[in-house]
Amino acid sequence: MNAWTNIKTIMKRELGGYFTSPIAYVFLVIFLLLTGFFTFTVGNFFERGEASLVSFFTWHPWLYLFLVPAAGMRLWSEERRLGTMELLLTMPITTWQAIVGKFLASWLFLALALALTFPVALTVNYLGDPDNGVIVSGYVGSLLLAGSYLSISCMTSALTRNQVISFIVSVMICLFLILAGYTPVTDLLVRWANPVVVDIIAAFSVMTHFEGFQRGVLDIRDTVFFASVIGFALFTTGVIIRNQRAG
Amino acid sequence: MIKVENLSKAFGSKLAVNDLSFAVERGEVLGFLGPNGAGKSTTMRMVTGFIPPTAGKISVGGFDMLENPIPGKRLIGYLPENAPGYADMTVHGFLNFSAELRGIQGGARKQAVNRAVELCFLENVLYQTIETLSKGYKHRTCLAQSLIHDPDVLILDEPTDGLDPNQKHEVRNLIKRMGENKAIVFSTHILEEVEAVCSRVIIIDRGRIVANGTPQELKARSEMAGAVLVRASGVAAAALKAQIGAMSGVKTVEILKDGEGGIEVRAFPDKSKINGSLTRNIAELAVQQKWQLDEIHTEEGRLDEVFRAITLPDTVKGH
Repeated sequence: MNAWTNIKTIMKRELGGYFTSPIAYVFLVIFLLLTGFFTFTVGNFFERGEASLVSFFTWHPWLYLFLVPAAGMRLWSEERRLGTMELLLTMPITTWQAIVGKFLASWLFLALALALTFPVALTVNYLGDPDNGVIVSGYVGSLLLAGSYLSISCMTSALTRNQVISFIVSVMICLFLILAGYTPVTDLLVRWANPVVVDIIAAFSVMTHFEGFQRGVLDIRDTVFFASVIGFALFTTGVIIRNQRAG
Repeated sequence: MIKVENLSKAFGSKLAVNDLSFAVERGEVLGFLGPNGAGKSTTMRMVTGFIPPTAGKISVGGFDMLENPIPGKRLIGYLPENAPGYADMTVHGFLNFSAELRGIQGGARKQAVNRAVELCFLENVLYQTIETLSKGYKHRTCLAQSLIHDPDVLILDEPTDGLDPNQKHEVRNLIKRMGENKAIVFSTHILEEVEAVCSRVIIIDRGRIVANGTPQELKARSEMAGAVLVRASGVAAAALKAQIGAMSGVKTVEILKDGEGGIEVRAFPDKSKINGSLTRNIAELAVQQKWQLDEIHTEEGRLDEVFRAITLPDTVKGH
């Protein structure tokens, strides 16, 4: 289909953009170093004596908090800064094709980074006898989590031509999505607020929905949650871009 | 090919484009002139579908650019102001990307890229990244992008900005050549460019069209138009001035030069009373009076003068 061809063209360029600059390599190295550090040192992978990747996936919401906005902050702000947005949006493509293409390219890049953590899975399989279904489910959840953060970065990068602002705003929104369901925070909230209200707020948190994936429970509601965050953020990106063009 | 009706654009309370209407047909090169901030770029951005107008209608090749912009966009090649480009891409990669978005595939794409590279003289920088290019090359890369699909409609925002005189000359020739079978709109500050390239000129000031015509028609509106320049020797400047000034059909005469190299005067015609050709009348007088005529010609009028006369009073008032 024509729309898909356009999306692919945009994706290809965007992915190429990661790899022609040092961004991709710096990102991949830092991502892998940090996942290793958190899993083995902070997460006490060996001391746990469990054949699971709990200590690996637990850190992902926090790790992504900084790394995903770093990968997504340039998506639209760079287009605005360079003025190429004017070129891109006067091409015979629709705005949503551009938005989806850019998003998918970055998501694919994050998927690659995540895929490169495969030695962790190999290690745990070598050392013990883990439930690989749970590990796959963890990876799926982690990918959806990354996609949600990324869609938010996409949205904030459409807001400004300044990548730093885009990064900070995106981190703040993602931080909210973590804290709303982070146990220490919800425990605090329960003292003041009605537990029902706390539950509703927690339902907006990525933590609540990521947990199921980590345990190997593939709940359709969790998938719908991540999909709707992505859908909503990308839709908002479209609205932001349209409003900017309208002046 | 391009039809714009009652186009307006407001940014907040400021009206950047005010009720603009014009049309460009195939085979026409329309020059957009105007002081900075007159609304030239805004108009072009609306025609290319980058920003929506506040009011008005735009159609390109018969397609409504507001209701259904994609078919219209296919017909347009656009060079935005400042010639943007993806800094980290090579010229080759960038042109391929543009061709791909234009739906040109396979062997045809290779041909299209080669053609654009040739037209814009980019062979030497084909595999350099855009950020390393000089301004002239960067500009030409973006121009190449706009030509990649051999569009029927070309919209060029200051296409010769930042080019050296030779490149300017090349680009002008290119526009002129392409103008034979395309509809072209281009904006510029350079008036000689308009004379060299355009078949029609629109002068915009503060969002409105203040003049619309061929370069010749506009030049004829100049005070200088129809004035006669006389360079002679063997006569006193004052006498020359007095005698020409006494002719019927002459309004004023000014002395431009009075010295060793000869005398130069310019006679302005009184357009209401002119009778025959003033130049010929003056030439006859010269023969009678036995002046040694070195040069005599009719001034065509000057575009810069017209431009200033039309746009300056308003700009000054505006401040």
